[in-house]
Amino acid sequence: MKRLMQGNQAVAHGAWAAGVRVAAGYPGTPSTEILEHLAGMPGVYTEWSPNEKIALDVAIGAAYAGQRAMAVMKHVGLNVAADSFFYAALTGMQAGLVVVVADDPGMYSSQGEQDSRRYAKFARVPCLEPSDSQECLDMMQLAFQLSEDYDVPVMVRLVTRISHSHSVAVAVPDRLEQGSEPPPFPINTSKYVMVPANARHRHPVLEATVSRLEAAANQLEVNQHIAGSCRVGIVTSGVAYQYVREVLPDASYFKVGMCYPLPMEALRRFAASVERLVVVEELDPVLEEALQQAGIACEGKSLFPLVGELSPELVRAGLVRAGLLPAKPQPAMQAIPDLPQRPPVLCPGCPHRGIFTILHKLKVIVNGDIGCYTLGYTEPLAALHTMGCMGASIGVAHGVLKAGVAEQNVAVIGDSTFMHSGMPALLNVVYNRTPLLTIILDNRTTAMTGHQDNPGSGKTLQGLPAHELDFKSLVRAMGIDEVYTIDPYKLEETESILRHCLALDEPSVVIARHGCALLPENRRNYRPLKVDAEKCIACGICRRISCPALALSSELYPKTGRAKTRIDPLLCAGCEICAQVCPTHAILFRRQLDEQGGL
Amino acid sequence: MGDLTRNFYVVGVGGQGTLLAADVIATLGMLQGLDVKKSEIHGMAQRGGSVSSQVRWGSQVFSPVFVAGEADCVIALEQLEALRSLHWLKPGGIALISDYRINPVAVTMGRAQYPSNDAVSGYLADVHSISVPAMQLAIQAGESRTNNVVMLGVLAAQYGLNDALIRQALELSVPERFLEANLRALQAGRAYYQERGQDAH
Ligand SMILES: Cc1ncc(C[n+]2csc(CCOP(=O)(O)OP(=O)(O)O)c2C)c(N)n1
Repeated sequence: MKRLMQGNQAVAHGAWAAGVRVAAGYPGTPSTEILEHLAGMPGVYTEWSPNEKIALDVAIGAAYAGQRAMAVMKHVGLNVAADSFFYAALTGMQAGLVVVVADDPGMYSSQGEQDSRRYAKFARVPCLEPSDSQECLDMMQLAFQLSEDYDVPVMVRLVTRISHSHSVAVAVPDRLEQGSEPPPFPINTSKYVMVPANARHRHPVLEATVSRLEAAANQLEVNQHIAGSCRVGIVTSGVAYQYVREVLPDASYFKVGMCYPLPMEALRRFAASVERLVVVEELDPVLEEALQQAGIACEGKSLFPLVGELSPELVRAGLVRAGLLPAKPQPAMQAIPDLPQRPPVLCPGCPHRGIFTILHKLKVIVNGDIGCYTLGYTEPLAALHTMGCMGASIGVAHGVLKAGVAEQNVAVIGDSTFMHSGMPALLNVVYNRTPLLTIILDNRTTAMTGHQDNPGSGKTLQGLPAHELDFKSLVRAMGIDEVYTIDPYKLEETESILRHCLALDEPSVVIARHGCALLPENRRNYRPLKVDAEKCIACGICRRISCPALALSSELYPKTGRAKTRIDPLLCAGCEICAQVCPTHAILFRRQLDEQGGL
Repeated sequence: MGDLTRNFYVVGVGGQGTLLAADVIATLGMLQGLDVKKSEIHGMAQRGGSVSSQVRWGSQVFSPVFVAGEADCVIALEQLEALRSLHWLKPGGIALISDYRINPVAVTMGRAQYPSNDAVSGYLADVHSISVPAMQLAIQAGESRTNNVVMLGVLAAQYGLNDALIRQALELSVPERFLEANLRALQAGRAYYQERGQDAH
């Protein structure tokens, strides 16, 4: 049946149709929905692993054991999993292994943009690149087939515009079933134990595999020659194909479906059939460099940007630059300048707001990490000063303390991020001793990527009950005695505990525990607060906590002529942080509202 | 692409149901037997940021995104977001704009100003647009959260889409228990268009 499918949904569907048995991943935009879709399908074991390396190891183990398996992550997740990615290429597996990696050109929700196709070549892992949902579905099946035919993991590389676009695809009703009896474990140490002596034998095997696949690539259907005008030939792949096909419909096309290893013979024939060869690709000049290395003359990044997401607009501009299209008249309307921006902010009721309100007040340097709480860096809270990648906060803060600076220094890290890659860094703080205060922001979920469960939340990907990590015992076991659990909605308590820890000359940990305000069980308890306008002196102190529910009232405070505060009842969750900072007690607490009844 | 190509640009603020509105528009294209692509950026959508989605209908659609100046229709669930998106319209395109306003934090903090009513009218002077009291109509219809579907009612009327079709699209996109409320919102939007829409340029 034809359906409108999101790219990620189509990837899940294709994997299911290919009979995948084990799928593991760690959330990361734009890849997250793949496992969420797969989790609802029959016959597949799926899990959120604590990080991408573990997810890939899990998938590798399952593929060693003879079951089709996949690992799913965003581009930076592959950095974390890189070590495993490389050994899997050397060992090969018993059954198909597919690594799905979603890049984020333009960095819509990432700390950097990188072109994962480089990793494919680096590790000698074949790489397929779909350009719409139907291809996501088909290429997942091809990926498993190639993986088994060539005994090598296969990477499927997505980008945000593929993962998060919907297009029409035909769902496959049945799945390829493998035998239900578990096969015996393949004891084959020269293949699966990568000590130097064995690895030395496996490396030439891998190089030979790539050569065989390169020859076969010339016949692969996903590498498509679409005949058109011989004046210009376009070599392109992935979403870039869609952009350029739309802008320059009459050209000849070589649409690369497998971007590593490349079908060099077919490309050479294509190049010879056209007068001019232009490469259109997003991010790095991967195709262009390969063509040039093979002595095939082409143009590419001299016309199109190296940085950021491509678009039909940018592709057109490049083709105009190349003299292949006439310049288009400027659009009739320009964007209206200087409109107020609407950047993402901490939600109303966000428990992170309590911590950052106090950290702002204490004027400490905050080494941050990735998650919703990274938004603590924004004005007016402005209480987060470094953030590089997941798990970096604690190590960076430790380094800052070792170097020595005038200011006090803390690390803040989310619950999911702490379990992802913060734990070893905290061990280092104890082992190599710095008096660092680490604040674990335990909002009971992986909020940033859309509320995935994790080893601390007490539920699995399927929503089944799981053991809940006890952060306090864990941290104690690491050798930290000064451990406190606080509720970040309670500002006074939060401030006094943080002050206590900052004065210590030993490592300490504060677990700020309060569930994300957007979790369903918390949404049910929203209770919008109210401002007693009589008492409000329009000082604006409440609005410095940067809550979207605090609005300007039309009522002015007569002495200053400034607008009083009003609370938007559609947005307010009733966390009472504003009520606690109000110097005139003008914002009523839930308790006061109850007493007044019905107000 | 053939004459059937239609580009829709849907905008709003995180939490308003912008993406759901876009889903329904995409499904409407499918149900008419057209090729459809839809593209959006999420991830930050719940955090009160601007959210936009592009939907394309056509006989064959290649790119999932189009270019500023190519939208047949801008559907805005919030006024400031409408202004931010006007340049996506092509000459002769139409903007369907909810008059609902959500202040960005910079405005609440007093560091920026929400455009005044006069400024808004000025920006819209040369644009074919319909302003819709979508939030008000949704509240009257019983559920404030259906303000996105009120806008779909206006869209349905503008594009002459019949009730059976849009009902089918809604059934595919919203949970059954919300269907009745959404259908009421849809009718409210359609009725508003019929009463006021044609002459409100
Ligand atoms: C290596 C890597 N994997 C995944 C991501 C995507 N990502 C960003 S933040 C985050 C998790 C945040 O969860 P948590 O630490 O619990 O903080 P919260 O958002 O709940 O405040 C994830 C998975 C990433 N940026 N880098």
